[in-house]
Amino acid sequence: MSVLPRPSPRRLAGLWPYLLVAPTVAGTAFLLLYPVLRSVVISVQHFRTGELIRGGAAFVGLENYQDALGGPEFWQVVGRTFAWTAVNVVLIMAIATPVALMTARLGRRMRLAVMSGLVLTWATPVLAATTIFQWLFQSRLGVVNRLLVTLGFGSFEDHIWFAGGASTFAILVALVVWQSVPFAAITLYAGLTTIPAELEESARIDGASGAQIFRDITFPILRPLFGLITSLEVIWVFKCFAQIWAISKGGPDGATTTLPVYAFQVAQSLHKYDLGAAVSTLTVLILVAVLITHLRRMLKHEGEIL
Amino acid sequence: MTAVETRPRPAPALTAKRSRPRPALRRLARRVPLNLAALGVLAVSVFPVYWMAVTAFTPAAGIQSDTPAFWPAHPTLAHFATAVRADGFWLFWRNSLAVTASAVLLSLLVALPAAFAVARLRWRGRRAFALMVFVAQMAPWEALLIPMFVIARDTGMLDRLSMLTLVYFMCTLPFTIVTLRGFLAAIPPELEEAAMTDGAGRAAAFRLVVLPLLAPGLMSTSLFGFITAWNEFAFANALIIKNQDDRTLPVWLSSFANVFGTDWGATMAAASLFMLPVLLVFLALQRRVTSGLISGAVKG
Repeated sequence: MSVLPRPSPRRLAGLWPYLLVAPTVAGTAFLLLYPVLRSVVISVQHFRTGELIRGGAAFVGLENYQDALGGPEFWQVVGRTFAWTAVNVVLIMAIATPVALMTARLGRRMRLAVMSGLVLTWATPVLAATTIFQWLFQSRLGVVNRLLVTLGFGSFEDHIWFAGGASTFAILVALVVWQSVPFAAITLYAGLTTIPAELEESARIDGASGAQIFRDITFPILRPLFGLITSLEVIWVFKCFAQIWAISKGGPDGATTTLPVYAFQVAQSLHKYDLGAAVSTLTVLILVAVLITHLRRMLKHEGEIL
Repeated sequence: MTAVETRPRPAPALTAKRSRPRPALRRLARRVPLNLAALGVLAVSVFPVYWMAVTAFTPAAGIQSDTPAFWPAHPTLAHFATAVRADGFWLFWRNSLAVTASAVLLSLLVALPAAFAVARLRWRGRRAFALMVFVAQMAPWEALLIPMFVIARDTGMLDRLSMLTLVYFMCTLPFTIVTLRGFLAAIPPELEEAAMTDGAGRAAAFRLVVLPLLAPGLMSTSLFGFITAWNEFAFANALIIKNQDDRTLPVWLSSFANVFGTDWGATMAAASLFMLPVLLVFLALQRRVTSGLISGAVKG
């Protein structure tokens, strides 16, 4: 603990610290570590409805993993999850960055208005948002169809958005992007305010265009922040469950089944808890593999703080 | 600065052309599209919530009419009355509140001593403990739905609100410890020492000196915990299955079609009532939202 500037002057020797952290350790052990281990154990057992009720699940080795990895469905879901993550994260960053840059240039009142709007969106609970979007895209009375018809797209009269796989996917993307942009934009904006104004001014005097300033000054300075936000969004979008389950339960025809939804479906609807647990484990492994560099950096950073 | 200097200089002609229009005019020419873009962003971000509120206040006839009204000409509270009178609304409201409040309270009670031990005391295993909290903060909760279901079933905790409370407690605990540790570290230990020199015991010093200073930290962490637990859907959906009376608001809202059918006015009123507490919490947190979350995010 040499990083501490100085030792706390009054050390409580002995058992005290351990008593103070004991509830946390116990909670983590029973409510986090045990479920994680249990998940791994279930994934190497034959664990269906019978075993759930009677117990006595038999060890089957990697059979469930072979099952999952061997079938075409799993890889389809993996591909869809990557597409889902990529589309969402790219859109989130592509919208949040200009919004943040714009917010930094606004006058005081307009900036307050935009920030309040973003915070309102951010504050909207997931389940309220899913309900609202189902209403916006409702077939007969939904405001989106009505606007489209008014704008001359007559074919959207009574159009049923949630019947098609692609359109359900698109609405879910719109929902997740709408909900995620505020965090990214506000965090980026906060980062922008830390860049001294003189840097940009002197570049502008030198005749640099807005795009050049962004590429050569703003982005390099904020690169760590961009990395952090992108990683967080990847995590959130990749394991996104509530929005998809509440709106489509992975349907129609599996068009919106991503890995977390797939794992839950397999367990809950097919009662293949073993296969579901295996898919969950694979989901976490894939996510860790995708973010390994980011995680390593975070861990190093955290080591410095603690 | 090096980035500026190494950048190639623009052609002189370009610079000359740029400097010609009067600055005021140029600023205006820049301001107008900027503000229009801002209005656009504002509209897109606010519209869905605005539309929820408009629908909730518009009489049924207005919702059904051929031309959608973007402002309720004759606002009504009828939809709110329908939502509140819906079967079990108050029950689910109470469930949500009970689960959220007990999870947050439990989390604070457990996190405060742990944060104190990490921030103020030196002991073997402190680093390992901090690492555990940090890793717990990144726990992939969505991947734990299945084992939690199995464990709940094994221990007879399925369909019990106490199971949800425990899950939400564990979800918010690591964040609460990390944030409280940050707040504690910002309070100089000299203050406690001074109190102890004056004859107060360690516990009294903590209660009389540290706790009042810690109030904002306790406030904001519990409010963030509140939002997390109040909004949670996946576990509430997976762990409360048979006993429908133990459902929470998010799960109830997700089945709005069973409750309200095609009564979108009542559905939007219910969504508004669900959102209201979160909105109030966000208003209370206003200043802390950006700075707090950023430091929280950067520090893990």
